[in-house]
Amino acid sequence: MKTNKSIDLKDLSRRQFLVTAGGIGFVITAGAITPKFLKSDTLSDAVDEQNKITAWVQLTKDGRITIYNPAAEMGQGSMTALAVIIAEELDADWSKVHIENAPVIPEIYGLQWSGKLGGPMMTVGSRTIRGFYKSLRIAGAQARQILLSNVAEKWGVPINELTTGPSVVMHKPSGQKMAYGDIVTFAKIPDIVPEIQEKDLKQPEHFRLIGKITPRFDVPEKVNGKGKYAIDTHIEGMVYGAISRSPVNGSKPELLNEDEVRESDGIIDIVKLDHGIGVVAKTFDQALKAKKLLQIKWSEGTKAQGYQSEKSFAQYQDIAANSLANESNVKSKIVLETGDAINGIKSAVKVYNRDYFTDYLCHAQMEPLNAVVSIATDGKSAEAWVGTQAPDADRHAIAQALNIEDTAVHFNNCYLGGGFGRRSGFATEAALLAKQVKLPVKLIWTREDDIQYGTFRPISLQRLQAGVDNKGNILGWRHDIVGPDDRLQTGGIHMDYYKIPNQSVKFYVTDHGVRTTYWRSVGHGPNKFAQESFINEIAYDQKIDPYKYRLEMMKDSPRHLTILDKVISMSDWGAALPKDRAKGLAFSDYGGSYTAGVVEISLNRDSGQIKVHKVWAVVDAGVIVLPNSATAQMEGGIVMGISSCLFESITFKNGKVQQSNFHDYPILRMADAPESIDIAFIPSSAPPTSLGEVSLPLMGGAIAGAFLKLTGKALRHLPFSTEKVLKGLNG
Amino acid sequence: MKTSFKLNGKQVQVETAADATLLWTLRDTLHLTGTKFGCGAALCGACTVHLDGVPVKSCLTSVSAAAGRTVTTIEGLSTDKLHPLQQAWIDEQVPQCGYCQSGQIMQAAALLKSNPHPNREEIINHMNTVLCRCGTYLRIIKAIERASTVTSKSGKP
Repeated sequence: MKTNKSIDLKDLSRRQFLVTAGGIGFVITAGAITPKFLKSDTLSDAVDEQNKITAWVQLTKDGRITIYNPAAEMGQGSMTALAVIIAEELDADWSKVHIENAPVIPEIYGLQWSGKLGGPMMTVGSRTIRGFYKSLRIAGAQARQILLSNVAEKWGVPINELTTGPSVVMHKPSGQKMAYGDIVTFAKIPDIVPEIQEKDLKQPEHFRLIGKITPRFDVPEKVNGKGKYAIDTHIEGMVYGAISRSPVNGSKPELLNEDEVRESDGIIDIVKLDHGIGVVAKTFDQALKAKKLLQIKWSEGTKAQGYQSEKSFAQYQDIAANSLANESNVKSKIVLETGDAINGIKSAVKVYNRDYFTDYLCHAQMEPLNAVVSIATDGKSAEAWVGTQAPDADRHAIAQALNIEDTAVHFNNCYLGGGFGRRSGFATEAALLAKQVKLPVKLIWTREDDIQYGTFRPISLQRLQAGVDNKGNILGWRHDIVGPDDRLQTGGIHMDYYKIPNQSVKFYVTDHGVRTTYWRSVGHGPNKFAQESFINEIAYDQKIDPYKYRLEMMKDSPRHLTILDKVISMSDWGAALPKDRAKGLAFSDYGGSYTAGVVEISLNRDSGQIKVHKVWAVVDAGVIVLPNSATAQMEGGIVMGISSCLFESITFKNGKVQQSNFHDYPILRMADAPESIDIAFIPSSAPPTSLGEVSLPLMGGAIAGAFLKLTGKALRHLPFSTEKVLKGLNG
Repeated sequence: MKTSFKLNGKQVQVETAADATLLWTLRDTLHLTGTKFGCGAALCGACTVHLDGVPVKSCLTSVSAAAGRTVTTIEGLSTDKLHPLQQAWIDEQVPQCGYCQSGQIMQAAALLKSNPHPNREEIINHMNTVLCRCGTYLRIIKAIERASTVTSKSGKP
């Protein structure tokens, strides 16, 4: 990732910049860094000496505390959660806290995967609360310590006699009190900024805000229409862009009727891009009309041309068959090798072989991709409004397109109307359109653009083989994964909660030349579906209850057993059900969190429609910072999981995506939602772990498990469309 | 083409192309961006507004269809304080990404107007045309039930 050239952190005075014990880049300044900062050339230019205590927190005389949000807010609630974390250690009065988006300064607001500050500003991998937790507690504690040292000096008392309450410093021996806002009038940044160790932080039992706050900061403006998404940006003189992009990935356009399109109402210009033709018009309606007129001849011979996704699975089965014979010539890698899987399976009294399949999926976030770019008349700077999971990377891409410095792009990250892994890397087009027409441009993707030029969760084959002893205990486990994109396919392979000796997992990478990317839960979706379905099927064949079967495999994992047991009791697992209902069970993990889920389903045997009636899930995700929002993340993952398992499929014919809008890429509607979702958290004082993607992978295995119980038939191909269900029932 | 209609209680006149849609006129000409674009095909409901009190998908409604009529958007749902549904949405912490929620609330408001105490089945039947990708459906149902209780106490919608 390119660093921000015009801010050379080494040149900053110590007053502005400090390296803490952890080696973390951390600005401590008496001045302000506001989002305005990006219009300034250097950090010091932007410093407002009056009222800042750190780059994360701004305190003003009236006691108002502004906390800067370093992560994209796409519904996961982290803008509130991160502020809660800082406010807790700052001992702030929560009612005085206001949250603003941080400017794009990855050196300060970015996050490394280790949890250290300074890294890409990517909101991905359910890592935000988990990643920022320790650093922001320290940031909050440092800010508090600076306030304390100022008051200690002012009152001439030892700092260790001072305590704090919500936004108040107190000296109990003398009974003096001072509101945080009052400290601003005389505060100085000490020469030596206090080093805060983890032991200096609050003990979880003393938390006043973490785990206690319910209302999210962004909710009020999301119910009155005022919350701003990038698509809501309005700039004087702004015009509208639309692009017709390659129907077959990689093909290049040749416009056949330029003159005709230039006659279209309100048209301003036609922009020829490598992957499509853009039209810019006075209104978006007019841009769409011009786009419809475009007659484009697309180049031939790209890799994706002729691709038929329905044929991939047979091809994958051949690859996997060759793998078993060790004859595959497809590029592969060993994902996991413990013990000797082949000999483990050889020693078994029974061997199971199953293939599981998953289709391509589209993110279908509700806000179609869009971006607004406005370039200064001299071409040397620009401003952008985007809703992105990677503002620094997108700022860089815009800067590259305009041939200017990254810091010359004033980048406004807006609320994201859904992310799920889709939302980054699309802002360059708007910059190119704006550059050509020399006007501010709002580029909007239609829903059809968003689906047809989507970037998809890849298809996969999961071939599983296991050998068991005469009690059903697994002695050896082989898992071959075949599919495109090695970044996306191997997540969730490690089942550290099950005692399975002798495991071998291999991944065979294919390439069809189509676009693939991260999709909520990434590899955990397909892999947990396959693993948990396989376990449910083995248990079924062994005539062992799937809960009891897992009990045996988890007997050495008390933490995970607690989760499993709790969901069993919550869901009243063993209770008798009506004849047309059944329950299914699955276990999953993601980003250090563990979860168990139970679903109760029924089946319309005429239509083949599965209905998920009830869901229970228990999760151990460490300290829960924002409980209501954490519950919402679990619920959302479950609903999106059911949607993807029952309805969603992208297919390719001759390299072209066959779906285009919600009529042929249906996502779950209210009528298909479960009647209830019950979520429970395992109480914990361990640091927080991920919540955004842990529940979704439960659904495939749990629904298929319930279907198996109900019908005695297995479903092994996601999604469980009505056609596949009917075929499975009769097969 | 000039079109006049009543928008959120005020008379407005807009100059647009003859076939301009109500959605883009509201958003780009009148700068009321609470009404969202989601699919352009009346499949998702993010663009739901009221036309003479009836919920319509503004993405497929031409602005000329609004001539002489009354249009209400999320911005005009309540004049002084929050509409009971907006309050219920906050109380139930419904939104996640929030993008669909204007449409959800406008759709729900039309329901409570014609049926102040809908049962769960009626809620689902009425709300089924508005999509939410974040999966907030159960909270939407709870919020509508909550607002329905509030309206029964205050005696007016």
